[in-house]
Parts: sequence; structure tokens; C-alpha cells
Amino acid sequence: MDFDWVFFIEIFVGGLMSGIMYSLVAIGFVLIYKSSGIFNFAQGTMLLFAALTFVKLTEGGVSFWVALPVSMGTMVVFGILVERFMMRPLANQSLLSLFMATVGLAILIEGFSQYMWDSAIHGLQLANFLDLALLDPVNMTIFVVDYVEWLDILISKFDIFATIVAGTMILILAVFFQKTRTGMSLRAVSDDHLAAMAVGIPLSRVWALVWAVTGIIALIAGLLWAERVSVSFTLVEAVLKALPVILIGGLTSIPGAIVGGLIIGVGEKMGEIYLGDLIGVQGIETWFSYFIALVFLLFRPSGLFGLKIIERV
Amino acid sequence: MKTKIWITGIAMATAMAVTAPPVMAEGEVYIPMPVYRVGPYATGGTGYFGGIIDYYTLMNMTEGGVGGMKIIWNECETNYNDQKGVECYHRQKEFQGKPALFFDPLSVGISTSLVAQGRKDKIAIIAVNHGRTEGQRGDVFPYYFMPGINTYDEHSIITAYIGQLEGGMENLAGKKITLLFHGSTYGREAVEFTHMLCEKHNCSSEAIEVPHPGNEQTSQWLKIRRSKPDYVVLRGWGVMNPVAMQTGVRMGFPISNLIGNIWSNDDGDVKPAGSSANGYQAITTHPTGRVASVIDEIVEKLYDQGMGDLEDKSRIGSNYWNLGVMAGVIHLEAVRVAQARFGPDVNSAQVRWGFENLNLDTARLTELGANGLVPEIKTNCMDHVGGHQAKFMRWVYAETKWEVASDWIDGDVELSQAIIDAKAENAVANEGITPRDCNDPAQRDDFEV
Repeated sequence: MDFDWVFFIEIFVGGLMSGIMYSLVAIGFVLIYKSSGIFNFAQGTMLLFAALTFVKLTEGGVSFWVALPVSMGTMVVFGILVERFMMRPLANQSLLSLFMATVGLAILIEGFSQYMWDSAIHGLQLANFLDLALLDPVNMTIFVVDYVEWLDILISKFDIFATIVAGTMILILAVFFQKTRTGMSLRAVSDDHLAAMAVGIPLSRVWALVWAVTGIIALIAGLLWAERVSVSFTLVEAVLKALPVILIGGLTSIPGAIVGGLIIGVGEKMGEIYLGDLIGVQGIETWFSYFIALVFLLFRPSGLFGLKIIERV
Repeated sequence: MKTKIWITGIAMATAMAVTAPPVMAEGEVYIPMPVYRVGPYATGGTGYFGGIIDYYTLMNMTEGGVGGMKIIWNECETNYNDQKGVECYHRQKEFQGKPALFFDPLSVGISTSLVAQGRKDKIAIIAVNHGRTEGQRGDVFPYYFMPGINTYDEHSIITAYIGQLEGGMENLAGKKITLLFHGSTYGREAVEFTHMLCEKHNCSSEAIEVPHPGNEQTSQWLKIRRSKPDYVVLRGWGVMNPVAMQTGVRMGFPISNLIGNIWSNDDGDVKPAGSSANGYQAITTHPTGRVASVIDEIVEKLYDQGMGDLEDKSRIGSNYWNLGVMAGVIHLEAVRVAQARFGPDVNSAQVRWGFENLNLDTARLTELGANGLVPEIKTNCMDHVGGHQAKFMRWVYAETKWEVASDWIDGDVELSQAIIDAKAENAVANEGITPRDCNDPAQRDDFEV
């Protein structure tokens, strides 16, 4: 039987689109890690909390253009609270203690979100708020490349929209980190806390800012995920998709998170469809992405773009 | 320091007051409530157990409980997790010296795990509209009940409905049906039977698994796009359902050809999918909406008085909540049947006999105010299901409601009985079960089997 190239391209493109979604979650991990060296286990629950806050506001009749800044504001307040009540008291503790604090934070947010709002599944159709052709729910089926007759490739319009949003956000982050004074402060803190403090960079304010920015990223990622998978408890599991991404991309690199996401997105889809068919097993994509990450780690222990840390004894 | 001690003391006292279980008294019966109010399947759990609790509360208010015995329950959060569910069973099977009357966890995994334990403890395990299908054979599984329809009824009824859509069963020949199933014990239950159904009707079939919890289905729908089936039967649960609808539509699959099973038919499944769900069809044993006087009574006496278990009142009449009310009606009818024979203070073995002798015909359902909500169910020693029929409904997005899409359709009991018997005989051979003889009145009527 001839190999179906069109189907292969569809899987490839579908994988890239899914990968972008994974990257969005992974970027949140990278930001916190770059600035404080902490692996933020609470990233997934931040997605849930942010998206749930937004969707409950809109369900309550609040308009999109009010709900969005209010949700962003909530995440900024959240960031400040985390810095004040978690980061600052634990500033001089070991990284493992800080990691465990984020585990506790994840459990707290998870319970609090469901207590404060609810545990039902909520739909989110951005088309109800934004008049964009890419979000048209009636006609968001296929994108046909009609100038190549044999090429009838399916690409979801919404996935194109998500890619544009994610790409824009990454550009903004890149400019923020490279060109602004605050961004450079963040990079300085991530390089060396003590040296940064010595030149007058306020550590507390920088940490609060990072958590706030991460909260806003969680909101954007949460909304895009929610459009695909609804707003429900399962948003927390987006973390499980992001872990292999940062294993591949490295915990310190935003480009790494993007490339890692794309590799995992394409890899898991190819694995599920081609390898799954070959070995006669279904549902392998949940673990196959981790398998890909482990293979990468064998050759690049710091990830594709991660910093190689050499400690002399 | 003193302030800290005071605060701690007050906090502990408050916690104890809030969490202290109710104290059992004479004239009360105890029913455990293994809920799941949080986690990925909370929509199903809050609806179903909310419906049961509302019905029990109504009965306590209006009839002083069941047969004059006040109904007491306590909750245990299972999270729809098999291990936690089994833990809940052991924690809840006895309460203040009084054994549970039965155990209804709304989970194939949990209920299946408890089949042998329930028999050992003489506590009936209830799985309304689902469960280990060979459990229909009451001679082999005396303490397992699936009132309503079983998995095989469900899928044969769906196939019959597809036949109706195609203008006759003969037109199924050459068609392709894909089963998109949840990657769990519950999901896999239908795979073999789906292939059998297509063998019988000369259609082709395939089964595609969606890993738990089902929030990423791109690969599965790409496979569907490749194989181009005429119909996709959705055997989903929780978040898997709206994601299937949204992803399917994004992939260009016609939503009207996506047919949902009994656990893919709640308002909470279709509403999150938005306009993608318009025209989606699903099977049901119990219509949605305020379709019976018992629901009006619950609204009037509980919700209008600021009571009721659902936080969101708009879910009154939703599919899972109505199913919960239906389950409550079945539960308490089994208790009443047992009380009629054994007196008001029944034990779990006697209630098992009650479940085995249900006769919810139209007249009885009308007496209970449940006609229009609960289908006719008549169980016996050989049939622990008792319903075997269902309808279909179609989601109308613009009106945010389901409309009835078919009349009652019977399950292919003939086809399913063969596989049920084979599986039951297998259980007899491999699980050390000695079956009862249902033709022997002495064995049939012995409640303490």
C-alpha cells in the first residue's frame, strides 16, 4: 500500500499545533525557573484558576473586555501574594524546600479553585467574544490548499489562531527580556541573585513580577487550552504534557520550550498513529512523549537549549 | 501563645462539629453515598449523587423516610478512582453498628472491583445503566445489579437507531461504524460487542481508544479522518465528551453522525462544546427536563425553600441529575419491596432480594410520581437489569435543550444473551462461583444467598 503523504502532513501539522499549546504551558515553567531556580509544580493549577476565573466572570454576565483585565489583575495579585507569603519567607531555603512549597501551592489552588468556583465543565467559545474569521464556530472545519489538487490538508482554523497568539506572546516576552530594563533585571536575578542585589535590583519586586507575568501567561494559555478542551479540572493535567517539553528544551530557555513543544507535539502524534498501529496498541501518546524526552536526555542531559552547568569541586 | 492555643482549639472544635458523622438511632436505615464531587468527572458525580440525595431528602420530608424508617447517609469522596472507591466501600459498609443497605458508586471500575466483596459482605453493589455486563445473570452474581440497561443493550440500541437513520437495518450493510471509547474498564466493555453487532448486520467496525481523561484527541480524530467511518459511537465520560464533539467538528466530521452513549448524554457534556454540539444525538433511559411530578415536588419542597443538593439550580432536570433521581426511586423501591416481605427494619441481604424483585410498571411509577422519568423495570433472579430499552435525544444548541429524537427501542437481547451467558459461565469456571438454580423456588426466594 502506498504511503499516504497527505495524512502524514496532517499529522505533522496537527502535532505542531498541539506542540504550540504544550509550549505555552512550558514557558510558564521556564520563566519561574530562570528567575528563581524553582521548578513551579503549580503551573497547571494556575492555568485552571486563571481560566476558571475568566469563564465564571463571563458566565456571570461580565463582558469579555472587562473579564480579561480583571482575570489578569487577579493573576497579578496572585503573583504578589505568592512572593509575599511563599517566596520571601523561604528565600534562603534549599531549592527542594521551594519545590515542595510549589507542590503545596498546587494542591491549595486546585482545592481553592473548585471551592471558590465549581468543579463542573465549562465551555469557552472565544468566538462569542471576538469577531474573527479564525474563530468562526460555524465554519471552522477545514483549510483546503486548493491550488494543489491532490493536497487537501486539514488544518484547524482555531489552531492557526492559537499559533498566532502564542507566537505574538513569545515575541513580546523576547522583547521584554532583551530590551526592557525590567526584563534585564529579571535576567540578572536569574544569573546571580546576590550580584543582582549588590547592584541594587530589588529581588522581592522582581520575583513578584515574574510570578505575576507567569500568572498572565497561565491565563492566556488557559484560555487557549480551554477553547480546545473546555475549562475543567483536567486543565491541571496540561502540566503532564509540558514536563517532557521542558526535559527536551531545557528549563532555562524559552526558545527551548518552543522547540521542545513542537518535537513532543509531532512525536506523540506520530507515535500514537504509526507506532501504535505497528505494535497494535492504542493510547500510547501519554507515555510516548516521555519516552522521546528520555531518549533526548541520554544525548543532551541539559536539554536542547538548557545551560550546561559545570561545578568544580 | 495563648491566642494560638485558643485559635487552634476553636478550629479543631469547628472541624469536629462540621465533620462529625450523624448518630444512628432506632427507626433509621443507612445508605452510603460514595460521591465524586471534585476531579475530572465531577459533573457526573455531582449531578447523579445530587439527584439521589434530593430524592432521599424529599422522602424523609414527605414520608418520614422509606417504610417509616428515616434515611441516613454519609458521603465518601471516591474521585472516580477505583482504589479510593474500594476504600470508601470498606469505610462505609458499616456505620454505627448498622450495615449499609447497598452500595452504588456510579463507576464500572469501582463496582466491578466490589462484585466478590459485596457477595461476601451480603451487600448489593448497584450500577445503574452500566456495569460488568454478565452481572445481569443473577444466578451467578446475586449481589450485583444494573437496573435499566446494560452495555450490550445500549450498543445494540444505538446500532438499531443508526439502522433507523439509514432507513432500515438492511441498509447497514457496507457501512462503517467507529467506537470511540474511554481508555478504562468502562470504555473497553463495549469493544467486543460492537464488532459482534457489525458482524450480524454486515457493517464494518473499528474501535479507537482515547486515553484518560480524554482532553487531547487530535490523534484519534486524525485516525477517524483517515478511516472515514459513516458513524462514530461515542463511549465517553466527563471531559472526553465535549472534547470529542469539538475536535470532531474541527476535523470536519458531521456532528449528527456522532452518536453518544448513556454516559455521553448530559447537558454538562454538550454545553461546554458550544455550537459544535448542535445536532449531536445520544441515547437515554430517562428524558431530561421536569418530566415527572416527583421532580416538581423536589423543586417545590427543596429548591424553592433554599434547600437541595445542586449548587447550580439550572442543572435541575439535567441528564445526570434526573438519572440520580431515577436511581433514588429504584433504590428506595427495592427497600420498600424488601420491607413488604421482611418488615420495616431490613438488612442488606433482604434489600438485595428487593432489588431482585422490582416491578416498576407504569401504574407503580405513576404512584411514585416518577412516570415519564423512570423506564419500566422488572427484575428477576436471571435478569438483574430489567429494562433493556432506551430512546434517543438530539441537542438543540439555540434552545439549550434536548429534543426527543426517537421512540423506545429495544435492545438486541438475543444477541447479547449469548455473550452474557458465555461470560457468566466463564466466571463460574474461573472465579469459584456456585450458581443458584433460579428455577428452584426455594433457592430463588432465599434472600440470604
